[in-house]
Amino acid sequence: MSIEANEEFRPKIVAFCCNWCSYAGADLAGSSRLAYPADVKIIRVPCSCRVNPMFILRAFEKGADGVIMCGCHPGDCHYSTGNYYARRRMTLLFSMLDYIGVENGRTRVEWVSAAEGVKFSTTMNEFVEKIHSLGKNVRLGDLRCRN
Amino acid sequence: MQRIGVFVCHCGSNIAATVDVKKVAEMALMEPGVVHAEDYQYMCSEAGQARIQEAIKEKNLTGIVVCSCSPRMHENTFRKAVERAGLNPYMVEVANIREHCSWIHKDIEEATKKAVILMRAAVAKVNLNTPLKPGESRVTKRALVIGGGIAGIQTALDIADAGYKVDIVEKTPSIGGRMSQVDKTFPTLDCSACILTPKMVEANAHENITIYTYSEVENVSGFVGDFTVDIRKKARSVDMTKCTGCGVCQEKCPSKKTPSEFNRGLNNRSAIYTPFAQAIPNVPVIDREACIKFKTGKCGLCSKVCQAGAIDYDQKDEIITEKYGAIVVATGFDMIKLDKYDEYAYSQSKDVITSLELERIMNAAGPTKGHLERMSDGKPPKEMVFIQCVGSRCSDDRGKSYCSKICCMYTAKHAMLIRDKYPDVNVTVFYIDVRTPGKNFDEFYRRAVEDYGVNYIKGQVGKVIPQSNGKLLVRGVDLIDQKQIVKEADMVVLAAAIEPNPDVRKIATMLTASIDTNNFLTEAHAKLRPVESPTAGIFLSGVCQGPKDIPETVSQAGAAAVKAIGLLAKDKLMTNPCTAHSDELLCNGCSNCANVCPYGAISYEDKEVNDHGKREVRRIAQVNSALCQGCGACTVTCPSGAMDLQGFSNRQILAEVDAICR
Repeated sequence: MSIEANEEFRPKIVAFCCNWCSYAGADLAGSSRLAYPADVKIIRVPCSCRVNPMFILRAFEKGADGVIMCGCHPGDCHYSTGNYYARRRMTLLFSMLDYIGVENGRTRVEWVSAAEGVKFSTTMNEFVEKIHSLGKNVRLGDLRCRN
Repeated sequence: MQRIGVFVCHCGSNIAATVDVKKVAEMALMEPGVVHAEDYQYMCSEAGQARIQEAIKEKNLTGIVVCSCSPRMHENTFRKAVERAGLNPYMVEVANIREHCSWIHKDIEEATKKAVILMRAAVAKVNLNTPLKPGESRVTKRALVIGGGIAGIQTALDIADAGYKVDIVEKTPSIGGRMSQVDKTFPTLDCSACILTPKMVEANAHENITIYTYSEVENVSGFVGDFTVDIRKKARSVDMTKCTGCGVCQEKCPSKKTPSEFNRGLNNRSAIYTPFAQAIPNVPVIDREACIKFKTGKCGLCSKVCQAGAIDYDQKDEIITEKYGAIVVATGFDMIKLDKYDEYAYSQSKDVITSLELERIMNAAGPTKGHLERMSDGKPPKEMVFIQCVGSRCSDDRGKSYCSKICCMYTAKHAMLIRDKYPDVNVTVFYIDVRTPGKNFDEFYRRAVEDYGVNYIKGQVGKVIPQSNGKLLVRGVDLIDQKQIVKEADMVVLAAAIEPNPDVRKIATMLTASIDTNNFLTEAHAKLRPVESPTAGIFLSGVCQGPKDIPETVSQAGAAAVKAIGLLAKDKLMTNPCTAHSDELLCNGCSNCANVCPYGAISYEDKEVNDHGKREVRRIAQVNSALCQGCGACTVTCPSGAMDLQGFSNRQILAEVDAICR
């Protein structure tokens, strides 16, 4: 850790965004030129409820330092109830991850509507900063699949 | 193995200025499956699309990755382009290197690196894409318009004139909306009622239009082309088929102490009432909370005087269920509540009023029969002060961040009308900016200043203090002359911000239509699809989408109608092929997926399966692809991994994760 700290730490961050709200919110952040670090890479899913906990485990397995999931605000889901399922699943998953050593700060759920470009950008800036403060994710290093 | 072509767009300089596009194309050739990569100035242009089509033919490409703007922008463009070249449209993936990369990063090296990773993720995904075929669904040739103001009326008339059936659902007892409360319209000073009421009559008489007033949308299910809507027709307590609209019941009603909603509480109405004389339908409603008969069981006077025998105290709410192909939201607006603006003494003085209340005062059918007088003592005012931007363009959370757009113009109208009719009344307007973009708008405002001598002061009012002599002390500031202003006024008029109808959030949730933080409905694209919701089959008309005046509302209403007609004119719709499918060898029939499906698209059947040579009958999940909307809830809940979503399969998303974390 002490050796790595001398090099600039560039975290790998995966953001799952639902197509209807958060992905559009990210698009709005882009068209409004609201910067956030390039460490964040977005994966588009139809709904936050499409995010299988396995996807998040896989990301950490493969070396992600943080995973954030964004969906429509509760009550505003394009599919009515998808984000409620996502919320419950993530609550369980994140507490399990915390238990095995992936701190709660490395995982986050945020509701971002299509009109909230500012919120998307602010959230991503905050999240990247948080991951920087936590440093590299080492606890799942052993589990990482190397192929 | 796929043969993939990667096409990197410069988007003029939008991408190319921050991302080294040549490098992205070069790196693409090192990805598995990629046999062709090129960059071009505008991939979405005809020439750009032609390059993709040529490459498909020349290099026998089976999958395409376009690195360009958001897929929400041009995914469809590229899908159609590859389809014309004989490739399945669902073999295209878009890497968003504009909104998610070049526009938010400044460093070229960093942005290029990210663009390469996004390209890799898209290539990894397209390697696993399979050709998909859209299904078909039917279109119910009937439209629903929610809201019966000018926006809803105009949309309904346009759809009905094109030959389709339309139903209008209006919450209040009459159609007409805000425009029916307005006295005159800017910049022509037309009488509002004179241009609105003929449209109301036309809508009422139109053979293709059904109007449900005093009704609300209670439940919406289904999807584009095939919505099922429950409409609650609230008990009117008056039989619409019998009532002749004579009005005797309203005259005789002894309960006359309810503030009139139509006159913004400036006077009272009876318990049985029509909101205004030109109401459509001209059938009164009994307000059961105010009615003595409903409260005490005694009275029944209206029933006794009604010669038509139309009064029906036992009437109950009725639920009407109807199918629609398209739904137009036209729920309009209200003024914000002013309880957070104590400094203007709105709740303390009857002579501090909102602009909409002034409309009612100036209207010949209003509480003062059109005479400009103070609501406290009925005396004509000599000195009037208008305060602009009350709650508009507000930086704190008391008001709204946006400009309400109509206030500058209606205040100029009010000032002009007052100066015209009462030349001895002095009119002062405190403003932050005067915004008059629009045809003949600035000319109109200048007339108010130059020809009618309205005193415009750039500056804000800090406080309005009611005096013991009944006058109002207005303390403000003149920013141009840099001085404090203290003025004694007889009436103060507040240009309160407008906000979307408070019910719109509930309606948007039912329709699963997006809504922004100010409760305005979000359009599918701010510039190119301004009258459509991102939710297919939902269209936006009027102020529910954003502040606008009457001509803009009418234009948008027409545009929304055309979009709805375009949908209704189709006999069949292509459905999204990205639906869930269950692997019958893995499914164990546990019902988890059916329990989370919001569309009831999953059923079970006993089916004979061949499990590696072993034949047996198993209970297996079946997805009705016409009902499935492709959310993917079932795929995650499935314990055996039998359920997967086409176009967003587990393997595809994992491949993206792997590519990003590589």
